[in-house]
Amino acid sequence: MMEKMKGRDVYLIDGARTPFLKARSKPGTLSASDLAVQVGRELLARQPFSPTDLGEVVIGCVMPSPEEANIARIIALRLGCGKAVPAWTVQRNCASGMQAIDSAMKDILTGRHDLVLAGGTEAMSRAPLLYNESMVNWLAGLWSSKNFVDKLKQIIKFRPRYLAPVISLLKGLTDPIVNLSMGQTAENLAYRFGITREEMDLFSLESHRRIALAQDNHLLNEVLPVFSTTGEYFVEDDGVRRDTTLEKLASLKPIFDKKFGNVTAGNSSQVTDGAALVLLASKEAVLKYKLPVLARIIDTEWAGVDPAEMGLGPVYSTTQLLKRCQLQREDIDYWEINEAFAAQVLGCLAAWEDDEYCRENLGLPSAFGKIDPNRLNIDGGAVALGHPVGASGARIILHLAHVLKRENAKRGVATICIGGGQGGAMLIENMSEVRS
Amino acid sequence: MKKYNHWRLEPNTDHILWLYFDRKNASVNTINQEVMEELSDILDTIESTKEYEGVVIASAKKHGFVAGADISQFGQFKNIEEAINLLRKGQLIFDRIENLKIATVALIDGFCLGGGLELALACRYRVAEDGPKTRLGLPEVKLGIHPGWGGTVRLPRLIGAPNAFNMILSGHTISGKAAAKLGIVDVSVPKRHLVTAANYYALQSAKPRIITKMNQVINNKLSRTLLSTYLRKKLHEKVSPEHYPAPFQVIDNWEQLGVNGTEPMVKEAQTCGKLFFSETSENLVRVFFLQERLKSLGKESRFEAKHVHVVGAGTMGGDIAAWCALQGMRVTLQDREAKFIAPAIKRAYALFKDKLKEPYLVQKAMDRLVPDIEGFGIPHADIIIEAIFENLAAKQALFKELETQAKPNAILATNTSSIPLDDINSVMQTPERLVGIHFFNPVPKMLLVEIVSGAHTAANVTENAIAFTRKIDRLPLPVKSLPGFLVNRVLMPYLLESVTLLDEGIPMTVIDKAMVDFGMPMGPIALADAVGLDVCLSVATYLGGFLNTTVPPRLTALINQGKLGRKTGEGFYKYTKAGKQIKPKVEEYGKPLTDISDRLVLRMLDQSFACLRDGVVADADLLDAGMIFGTGFAPFRGGPMRYAKTRGVHELFELFVRLQQERHEKTDELIEWELI
Repeated sequence: MMEKMKGRDVYLIDGARTPFLKARSKPGTLSASDLAVQVGRELLARQPFSPTDLGEVVIGCVMPSPEEANIARIIALRLGCGKAVPAWTVQRNCASGMQAIDSAMKDILTGRHDLVLAGGTEAMSRAPLLYNESMVNWLAGLWSSKNFVDKLKQIIKFRPRYLAPVISLLKGLTDPIVNLSMGQTAENLAYRFGITREEMDLFSLESHRRIALAQDNHLLNEVLPVFSTTGEYFVEDDGVRRDTTLEKLASLKPIFDKKFGNVTAGNSSQVTDGAALVLLASKEAVLKYKLPVLARIIDTEWAGVDPAEMGLGPVYSTTQLLKRCQLQREDIDYWEINEAFAAQVLGCLAAWEDDEYCRENLGLPSAFGKIDPNRLNIDGGAVALGHPVGASGARIILHLAHVLKRENAKRGVATICIGGGQGGAMLIENMSEVRS
Repeated sequence: MKKYNHWRLEPNTDHILWLYFDRKNASVNTINQEVMEELSDILDTIESTKEYEGVVIASAKKHGFVAGADISQFGQFKNIEEAINLLRKGQLIFDRIENLKIATVALIDGFCLGGGLELALACRYRVAEDGPKTRLGLPEVKLGIHPGWGGTVRLPRLIGAPNAFNMILSGHTISGKAAAKLGIVDVSVPKRHLVTAANYYALQSAKPRIITKMNQVINNKLSRTLLSTYLRKKLHEKVSPEHYPAPFQVIDNWEQLGVNGTEPMVKEAQTCGKLFFSETSENLVRVFFLQERLKSLGKESRFEAKHVHVVGAGTMGGDIAAWCALQGMRVTLQDREAKFIAPAIKRAYALFKDKLKEPYLVQKAMDRLVPDIEGFGIPHADIIIEAIFENLAAKQALFKELETQAKPNAILATNTSSIPLDDINSVMQTPERLVGIHFFNPVPKMLLVEIVSGAHTAANVTENAIAFTRKIDRLPLPVKSLPGFLVNRVLMPYLLESVTLLDEGIPMTVIDKAMVDFGMPMGPIALADAVGLDVCLSVATYLGGFLNTTVPPRLTALINQGKLGRKTGEGFYKYTKAGKQIKPKVEEYGKPLTDISDRLVLRMLDQSFACLRDGVVADADLLDAGMIFGTGFAPFRGGPMRYAKTRGVHELFELFVRLQQERHEKTDELIEWELI
């Protein structure tokens, strides 16, 4: 069971993402497929092969708009991959982008395809407002009324409260099994591991600082500009707050557990639109097209955890992944743990440093150990960048590959927590040359 | 069953006669005398038998229903009487279709224009395909005539005067869907249902469309008088009856005689016949053939452009890129930073929305237009068009780079409007690859594209550039790479002369009015503002050395004040934020405006003849075509060369010399004009 994956080598040859665009209280100008198409067409334009040479397109997306059914196919066709390239959409909540890469990886591993475009996209700002149930029933009554009198009777029954919309985004970010919002699951971790408000805010501040620094030093070269039909253009992640301070963060009110909670908008990931895509290739494709290689994908692991503590997903998936690959914490040079909430990442780190927790829950003889903060999310994360749920999983993998290259390091793990109580982790290896 | 040259008769099992129009030795259907005679003969058969339940008239061609009357016949009428007689004969044949006892259906798949639509209108039913290729219209006014086979009578009778005249007076074409909405066709359906629909109507399964009560009232005498006044007023705002009499004639006919009985038909034939012999029509028909000539260029080339790369996302580059994407090509648009590309994307979106209407088609076009800061498109492109600022060193550096990265058979083109190709290509390893593809502003409106060959440009490269221009539905004009090529070289002295007139104290409104009255789309001063005074200056400076002209101080002064024309809100005129000219009142001018237009036009002519002498274009016809499609030179005058010929080349030259002498300008260097 705990065997390493067998099959062909899988290479991450290139990737790109849009700037992550913070939702600003109204729908963004670009839909989820627009975002993926804009980044994808430039990514494909710089390849020596044609989009029609792809074997498959796999895209993660949690909430495509009603006119984007099987959004992956829409994106593939809009990218000019042609009718013959199949495409499918995957949904594993916050890890949909990682799931897409995992699925694409398996296509190559098993020898089904040589080139796959994978990644994720999300336009959270466009999550629709829905009619509530009373309104739907009232409308159904109206439409089924046969004559004028019946119609009139139904019309009189209307009540203004029927107009109260259901905000699909909030529904999506609430776990229906344990009846907790995602923020509340983060509050659970803070409570369990004794994480203070100040620690959370400090973490958040550092995330903003790191992203700003990375932007200034042009370390985010996987970001490609996007353009809207209104003449706007976006070249940088716009959720980064360069002017934020600990005082400012401390002044924010908790938003999930209103009165006594610690999780605020300032130490949570932002509601954001964005897309991140990567190209995976087999050795044959790499050699055939003389492709430069960013990284090799070694393995992926998925784990289930208590939905009320969904933020611990990375702890389980990563531990299992390393076990299977017979690697220790020290073997990993750089880490990307997606920052759904500051408390959630801090909770993961705390769990790993806790002897008892590791023994009881992870089957380790002692604590997994401390992850060096200078090797974790070194260019910031979702608290400052935002967390377009479909795209984040792909973003951290792509960015980790760039970090490994930049730091001339060997291995990295990208891991992400998943609403509903899961975790995903992917192990990659820096690699430039593939020998035949 | 009898055999015909242009028609094929195929009855089906439901006793519906399918009458296929298949003009012999032609790729599209046009109607000439023989076609009509055969149709008449076929009608004899149909009238004399009870065999058929209905008739469907359809095209056997791959493309289109009927493109209209055969225009090459226009010049063959001996006199007005003969033209009127033939038109009347045609009308009577269409009347016989209208009067058949059995149902008649026109199946319209593709274009259905002029005489083709008149034929369809004579049928009881019309079925149209709902795709983008199906266009219906009566474009006769564009040839200086009006419909002459009952179109001006049947269309207002069917759908009412307001909508009918909207089409007839402008010559615009509409889609099958729009035609169904207006009631011109009974139904517009996808291709898969065309035959079923035609058979359905041929079995008289539905009532024919009839005019609404409201529109019926409008066709009455009193309301005709009222509406005519309004229509004439509207028409006057666009064209003058002296230049374009045909649409005015349509209104006159309708006002006098309405749409019922034979009188309006007879009148239509008479006035149409007369219009055939008007100067306007003769010139416009010639312009039509000039356009056909340009359209026929580049046919030998097998060059295929799927991917266009444009360098420079300014007004020209951005609009060229958008236009190519609109035409179905994949386009990468390169500029240094996102901020330079963003405005081009916005303009492209507006263009696509205007032209394509359907959101899914707009999205497709937007997806084809790829911003490309890094220039990833270069090695993939079939054609690369440079549209950066007018600087020789910058262009040289760019082409040196492009040449190494581009596919070996890709066209390398420059959109330069003033720099000779042989200066740019001097740094290239393969100078024979460089060709000029010179667009005019605004790209979506200006049909002409100058194809510039330098001394080194390979013939097949020029030919490929011409073929590409046709692929994007523009008109290619091959020109030699001399400064200004054709259009700018002819325009510049004209624009400079207009500034001289200003200096002489003639108000700009008067100057512009003189040229609009002559038939130009806008006056020279307004044109300079529209082009941009800085652009004018750079072309004028550049051409100055070549043409021995000086830059008027007035122009430089305005530029120094930052007044660059429409784009900055002020040039000679002032403009609103939306770029609309704030029109000052036209001042009084005691003398005839033709004094002014003569001076300006003669300048233009002098330069036109110089271009002809220098071999910038191959012949006078191409020169006319270039000026009409590149600048909007009054089409009803047939272009500068035609105009000179009409007024007398020698006489005009003498007038030009005399005017120069009156102003104490040197005339000893002027060269006598000559049509080559």
